[in-house]
Amino acid sequence: MKNLVILGAGTAGTTVANLLRKKLPNDWSLKIIDPDSEHLFQPDLIFVPFDMQEPDKTYRPRKNTLGRGVEWIERKVERVEPDNNRVVLADGESVPYDLLVIATGSHIRPDETPGLLGDEWHKSIFDFYTLEGAVALREALARFDGGRIAVNIVEMPIKCPVAPLEITFLAESFFNLKGMKNDIELTYVTPLDGAFTKPIASKALSDMLVDRGIKVESEFSTAEVDPERKVLRSYDEREVPYDLLITIPTHMGAELVEASGLGDELGFVPTHKNTLIADAKDNIFVLGDATNLATSKAGSVAHFQAEVVVENILHAIRGESPKACFDGHANCFIESGYGRAMLIDFNYDQEPLPGVYPLPQVGPFSLLRESKFNHWGKLMFRHVYWHALLPGRPIPVPNNMSLMGKEIPVADTELAS
Amino acid sequence: MPAVEYAGQTIEVNEEGFLVDSNQWTPEIAEELAQEVGIADLSEQHWKVITFCREDAAKQGQPPGLRRISKLSGVNMKDLYRLFPKGPGKLAAKVSGLPKPQGCI
Repeated sequence: MKNLVILGAGTAGTTVANLLRKKLPNDWSLKIIDPDSEHLFQPDLIFVPFDMQEPDKTYRPRKNTLGRGVEWIERKVERVEPDNNRVVLADGESVPYDLLVIATGSHIRPDETPGLLGDEWHKSIFDFYTLEGAVALREALARFDGGRIAVNIVEMPIKCPVAPLEITFLAESFFNLKGMKNDIELTYVTPLDGAFTKPIASKALSDMLVDRGIKVESEFSTAEVDPERKVLRSYDEREVPYDLLITIPTHMGAELVEASGLGDELGFVPTHKNTLIADAKDNIFVLGDATNLATSKAGSVAHFQAEVVVENILHAIRGESPKACFDGHANCFIESGYGRAMLIDFNYDQEPLPGVYPLPQVGPFSLLRESKFNHWGKLMFRHVYWHALLPGRPIPVPNNMSLMGKEIPVADTELAS
Repeated sequence: MPAVEYAGQTIEVNEEGFLVDSNQWTPEIAEELAQEVGIADLSEQHWKVITFCREDAAKQGQPPGLRRISKLSGVNMKDLYRLFPKGPGKLAAKVSGLPKPQGCI
């Protein structure tokens, strides 16, 4: 009997397990290791602070998300021993593997920034990347009677790079609709030189921030937070005052990655950008937020990568070289408040452009422009996630990015022809 | 792609002024790139960072991000901001003749 072991049962690991369970040859066993009993639908976390989603509807029992044929080991992993082809659990027991999939995600590390964790944590300083943080923020926003709100990205990369924009747009809409627009001063504090990492989308999103009266403090690299004086301080000694701070702390890979000697300086696993095989060992596949790849850390990426990993695992089992190729494809809805949303679709080489998606002219989604239909699509995606994506059922969007329906700037077209 | 003259050589750069081919880089070009981004003189500490960035990029196949520089070059974050004001990750890569770091996606 041969063993395929998956570490982490989030979006990436669960999708791979459910896609593989019917395709693995009979002499292979399929195990997935994750200590948490619930599966959290992370996109819901931006809605919780604004009472747009009930906290207890954001997660489901993990056992219901894994199909028949997948053995779930509900235990914590201590480390991987890549040279011995085995996983060592926290209780000392070991699990051997022939092929390993690392899907252990990224995790916020407020402990990396002086001043974040302390008496003010979840009192005047909030994260929204955990359910506890999102719930604490909901209570704080409900009783907030005016003042300065800062949304601060400590450093890149982060999970879902558009989430800080979404929380900012939703906060502006939330207070404006409460009739408190004049009582609030919102500042978007980012280490980037604009609202987003890619030029065309960054321009569109920066314009939206300005139009809504949101201040942008760019190229701000956060050194520390002074919770007494309530200021953010950068390495070049600028200060941004706040009354309520929404922080997006440093993200790092799982601790077990570092303990296994497989991580880079942030604990992300160096991975081949197309085959998704770990640089360190060719019987280890890596996907989702756990990789060091230059694409978004987002559920859509995990989904597109899952198809590639499964195909390349089947090639590896047959003794063939990896043939499936990941192109960096990501797509993300960007909730923009007032019941509207935007959508962006991009890959390693192509930045997000305006247009329609997925079908040319037809859409029905609009790219890089706000629409109510996009918002509706974002809400519908909840259903798609639980009932199609996680169980590994086909979803009608192409796995590789397509330029169809996108409006290519004239200069680019000339270069291409 | 625009071409610019640095240290008597014609060098191809991208829209943001990063060298297209890092093999064309020389220490003399670094001096001129530095002046362009507002660094009048390259000190010993600047060179420590530049040398690290070039060596690391050659080994890793991509330019190091800011955190990697601060962790491995022996120059801490505060000093990096003093040496390369505003955007040390981006500026160190530029002066070192490397592409813009892709860490920020």
